[in-house]
Amino acid sequence: MKKKLILAIETSCDETSAAIIEEGKIILSNIVASQIKSHQRFGGVVPEVASRHHVEQITLIIEEALLEADVTYNELSAVAVTEGPGLVGALLVGVNAAKAIAFAHDLPLIAVNHIKGHIFANQLVKPLNFPIMSLVVSGGHTELIYMESEDSYEIIGETRDDAVGEAFDKIGRVLGVPYPGGRHIDQMAHEGKDTYDFPRAMIRDDNFDFSFSGLKSSFINTVHNAKQKNEKLDHNDLAASFQAAVIDVLVSKTIRAAKLKSVNQLVLSGGVAANKGLRTALKKAVAEELNDVELLIPPLELCGDNAAMIGAAAYINLKNKDYADYTLNGRPGLTV
Amino acid sequence: MKILAIDTSNQIMTVALTDDEGVVVEHTVNIKRNHSIQLMPAIEGIMKEAQWSPKDLTRIVVAKGPGSYTGVRIGVTVAKTLAFSLDIELVGVSSLKVLAANGSQIDGSYCVPIFDARRGNIYTGLYQYQNGELMQVEKDTHIASLKWAAYLENLEGPIQLLGPDRLKHMEVFKDMMKNDSDLPASQQYVRASVLAELGKAMAPVNKHLFEPEYLKLTEAEQNWIEEHPDFIKGGGWVEKL
Repeated sequence: MKKKLILAIETSCDETSAAIIEEGKIILSNIVASQIKSHQRFGGVVPEVASRHHVEQITLIIEEALLEADVTYNELSAVAVTEGPGLVGALLVGVNAAKAIAFAHDLPLIAVNHIKGHIFANQLVKPLNFPIMSLVVSGGHTELIYMESEDSYEIIGETRDDAVGEAFDKIGRVLGVPYPGGRHIDQMAHEGKDTYDFPRAMIRDDNFDFSFSGLKSSFINTVHNAKQKNEKLDHNDLAASFQAAVIDVLVSKTIRAAKLKSVNQLVLSGGVAANKGLRTALKKAVAEELNDVELLIPPLELCGDNAAMIGAAAYINLKNKDYADYTLNGRPGLTV
Repeated sequence: MKILAIDTSNQIMTVALTDDEGVVVEHTVNIKRNHSIQLMPAIEGIMKEAQWSPKDLTRIVVAKGPGSYTGVRIGVTVAKTLAFSLDIELVGVSSLKVLAANGSQIDGSYCVPIFDARRGNIYTGLYQYQNGELMQVEKDTHIASLKWAAYLENLEGPIQLLGPDRLKHMEVFKDMMKNDSDLPASQQYVRASVLAELGKAMAPVNKHLFEPEYLKLTEAEQNWIEEHPDFIKGGGWVEKL
């Protein structure tokens, strides 16, 4: 039988991406154009600027994905696109481009949830073996999602305030590192020690929710007080202390959730999954505390936003013939 | 030439199919709706009506702005992606010109399209029919309506103000307009068949490089440029990973 190929498009935030994915698991191409350099000028993503860049890039990126995979429209089985969550103006560029291609070549259109995409990024590395527990951590999301099967999603914990990546970016600004701060904080943390003993919010609570705004305030107060007293703080130690507090909470709740649901796999995903400290700590905790649970962590290039993961998630829709029609719109507040 | 013309720059959504004989189908909606939801079904609808398949199209003509940022982006994204993926020609026409073309063809009379741009500002331009052809006299611009009224006051010749948004600024333009009559409603609304006609004669553009004509930088970029006067304009803000 002919192999099923999906053209996937992702424009939910500040990356314009297109990919060709075979059978939901093999990457034939995955082109990602990042706008980070542009948004660094403003210290964060400016939605209107992001939307404008997406329009500039969209056809170039799609063409490159097709060329690199050496695939023509005739060989495609469907066009998939992120419908949400994300920035509405940014989403609209991908959604309308996908609709145009689906119409032009009479292809089924598939709408994909960005969060589900992050989870399915792992499918591009190794088959998901349900039931799984998934920790999705990014600039916009911090969620523990239990999946009994490939199309069942249960959010069992989420952040009550800032997303974890957002907290990294905010304290990055306080320490004067370029946007996005996460990568720099991670590097600094490796040079420092956890000496400031920041709060581990909600770590003992009888639920799986997270909160990072108290930690962020505590961090900012520490820096602020030292400044007033003219004390010099070690930035590497500050970064290490902040990161340790974040990782402690994430890891302990994730392990607890995995135990509760007795899953086959524990699956990490999202931009913050690129954090070395988190990857190391989670590997160690799984090895020590979970028997017979396999840990999946995507390679770095599949942690951040990319269309390959959207093509992987879309394969479920293709199998179920779960298609969208031409009224498809961007859905900025979409949940799983 | 089989043309699909698209204008979603403002509240009106208008799409049309034309061939060498003229209009085949035109569909215009002036209801406050969501262009992102409505546009593709509308295109599918007129194509069905005309019994055309996407492969029959030879050119896409789109109103490229100015107008609502999101509205313009939806039209331009659909137009450039269709043209790119069908490997056919793409032409962009000023959204203001599409409206200006609705003016009466009186030689020497100015056609002045008006889009409201909030806080007393407008998007506008100065056009004129010369020997039956619509010529651009002043570049499209984003300007305070008061300032534009003062400029128009010094022009010789009759003026036709165009577009439903002119009514929001009538207080400003009424003195200047006292010798001119307001055009009928039938000429105040953009139509994609007019856009198709304008785009028919124009040279196709590079599809990948085509982008909306916003006529305004975002506030963030404007501020950044003011803080970085030495910065040399150019691309390079987006990098492939």
